[in-house]
Amino acid sequence: MSSSEKTHGGQAHGSVKEYVVGLILSIVLTAIPFYLVMSGVASDTFTVIAIVVAAIAQVLVQMVFFLHMNGSSDQTWLTASAIYTVFILLFVIVGSLWIFEHLNHNMLMGH
Amino acid sequence: MVQTDLIKDPHVLTGKLHWGVIPFHDPVVMPVMIAAILGGLFVVGFVTYKKLWGYLWDEWFTSVDHKKIGIMYCIVALIMLLRGFSDAILMRTHQALSTADEFGAGYLPPEHYDQIFTAHGVIMIFFVATPLMVGIMNVVMPLQIGARDVAFPFLNSLSFYLFLVGALLVNISLFVGEFAAVGWLAYTPLSGIDYSPGVGVDYWIWALQISGLGTTLTAVNFVATILKMRAPGMTLMKMPVFTWTTFCANGIALVIFPILTIAIAQLTLDRYFDFNFFTNDDGGNQMMWVNLIWAWGHPEVYFLVLPAFGMISEVTATFSRKRLFGYTSLVWATIVIMILSFLVWLHHFFTMGSGASVNAFFGIMTMIIGIPTGVKLYNWIFTMYKGRVELTASMWWVIAMLITFTIGGMTGVMLSIPANDFVLHNSMFVPAHFHNVIIGGAVYGYFAGFTYWFPKATGAKLNETLGKWSVALWFFGYFFAWLPLYYTGFDGMTRRLQYIDNPEWQMSMYIALIGVAMIAAGIGTQVVNIAWSLYKRNEPGYKDVTGDPWDGHTLEWFTASPPQFYNFGEEIQVSDRDPLLDMKQKGTAYKRPSKYGRIHMPKNTWAGPVLGMLTLPFGFGFVWHIWWMVFASLAAIIACWIKYNFERDKDYYVEVPEVERIEGEFLKSNEGREFYFEKHAKHYKKWNPSKENDSSVVAK
Repeated sequence: MSSSEKTHGGQAHGSVKEYVVGLILSIVLTAIPFYLVMSGVASDTFTVIAIVVAAIAQVLVQMVFFLHMNGSSDQTWLTASAIYTVFILLFVIVGSLWIFEHLNHNMLMGH
Repeated sequence: MVQTDLIKDPHVLTGKLHWGVIPFHDPVVMPVMIAAILGGLFVVGFVTYKKLWGYLWDEWFTSVDHKKIGIMYCIVALIMLLRGFSDAILMRTHQALSTADEFGAGYLPPEHYDQIFTAHGVIMIFFVATPLMVGIMNVVMPLQIGARDVAFPFLNSLSFYLFLVGALLVNISLFVGEFAAVGWLAYTPLSGIDYSPGVGVDYWIWALQISGLGTTLTAVNFVATILKMRAPGMTLMKMPVFTWTTFCANGIALVIFPILTIAIAQLTLDRYFDFNFFTNDDGGNQMMWVNLIWAWGHPEVYFLVLPAFGMISEVTATFSRKRLFGYTSLVWATIVIMILSFLVWLHHFFTMGSGASVNAFFGIMTMIIGIPTGVKLYNWIFTMYKGRVELTASMWWVIAMLITFTIGGMTGVMLSIPANDFVLHNSMFVPAHFHNVIIGGAVYGYFAGFTYWFPKATGAKLNETLGKWSVALWFFGYFFAWLPLYYTGFDGMTRRLQYIDNPEWQMSMYIALIGVAMIAAGIGTQVVNIAWSLYKRNEPGYKDVTGDPWDGHTLEWFTASPPQFYNFGEEIQVSDRDPLLDMKQKGTAYKRPSKYGRIHMPKNTWAGPVLGMLTLPFGFGFVWHIWWMVFASLAAIIACWIKYNFERDKDYYVEVPEVERIEGEFLKSNEGREFYFEKHAKHYKKWNPSKENDSSVVAK
């Protein structure tokens, strides 16, 4: 793990430093939402937005530092699968939000 | 299956377990339990008497060979088919009796009946359809792409044991405690701790969680295998269709099984740690469970059916003695289905509060997904068109599938119209529809593939006559069993009825009972067929001498039956979509290469069975709140994992003389063969006028 050896797939294994930075970043990004919710210092809207932002940042951190993804051209399949994943996530998340807006309106009127 | 007495404070050593959870007084379960124990003892005794434990451990349990793991998947799937089907018999007889009963009550008490329909659904989807498909994929896919094994052989073994533990937990629930009584998707809040305080839902949770993890790992494994380990020259658009459908199906599994894992984890937190994700109170939202479970559940059915489409394609092309019609359109239809399958999930809950725009969108998407599916049907029909169709047993399954699946697809389009669905939702029409597509589409496809590849896995062909009898019994049995239920569904009969007080449905229930008896005979014929053909495996007519009994087109037939443990003696250069047919026509097949190289192979490992089976006490401990068992098995899992990771001795080489000996036998068995296109040379040109790759250019 000392140097960036290449595997057959073309991705680097990463260095110890990379893993440590990734670990610290993901702990910080986990601690922020917990702090905001448990202390209640910020408004509800701000807290929700902060959780979403921290979650997306968490995904990116893990992809870059632990899965060693970058935009280089020998990673065609990694890029393709990342795009596929993003599309499916959008389908499920946007679809769910749309459905739940309807449910909220139709089933919980006045609540 | 008794209602567990509720224990509020689990004992330190035994958790919630006590003698009362074993159904000593149940007249249905007890004989089954005694038979299961005696049968188990007999098997253990037999294996011990024959001194087979060492052989089984060395050659099978610790094997990382994809072919053996595939066979083990299929064996477990067929055993579970018997279990799941006996649930079906219980349900059909119960409903038939309840229409004859003055009080409409049948013979099964409600809590027992509810467990039976839940177990039936869970077993048939997770422990029959999925493993049968994964088993066939395991045997065939690496061979089709010319690989030596899957990308991660140890992971493959681990996946199998995780699946096995899930199946074991479901079976243990029959004898110790109870199973869930909440329907196969365990809708909240019914499956929450307030309404289901027993251990049934916990069995459901851990069976699905552990086997679902196995499915995720399998998906990772197969996607990596297909992307990275294809034979040189096999570009994506030269992959066999079964490999394509395997790829797309596992692409689906890769993104949906995490949804299931997370949703079940949330339900676990709700039930064990007083969280409120899906409860009625404290900000919980039970509709989020319905939403998540169907965001997983609908793509899941495409995960099940796509490989069946692939099997149908291979069988049709081989036995029509033609190249597949419209390969490109078939591949694109598969990809389109893969994407669209994520955009239809709301059609399972049209009636649960969405407005017109949401319902219209998901209704239309559901109709649209019928189009690529229809494309495939025409692909198969046109493959047969002007071909020399050989009506073997696997081809009978194909034809049974084409007819049954088309009808099921049409009732699906009926249900996709939201206004229609408001009438039919939760009626018997819905089970009739999905059995129509799952049996007619997926299961018939698997059986076609099973019959087709059976000689590849075992070295013996199945008996054709018995095979055709089982197709006929299944085919007519299906319609007898479910057409009456379509009718009663229209007539207002809801699903999952333990109590029927409408005598008008009596005749329908009786006809359905006849149907289920016919299917039982069909399954019986299949069991006899497998046993008989294996018994006769060395006799002519059964023995597969050449490894290519059907004169196939793809690379799996370019090995012995059962295949050499390293699959291929040399690396194969692929230059055509039907590589073996291409090699046969060019005359390059079955020629000794100038020299063999040594072959790099993975060693068998203890880690798969040990790590996998340790999740059994883990899950069982969780179900019964036996915390020392949970922590001890978790610690053991981690320790074994670390030990395995530090092992260095994981691979070996097969030396050249051994390869030469085995390959020599294989080539010898294929000496002097006359291929189909040679025997029928005069006509063959006429059926296959174009030697070009794209056979969508059909004969003019």
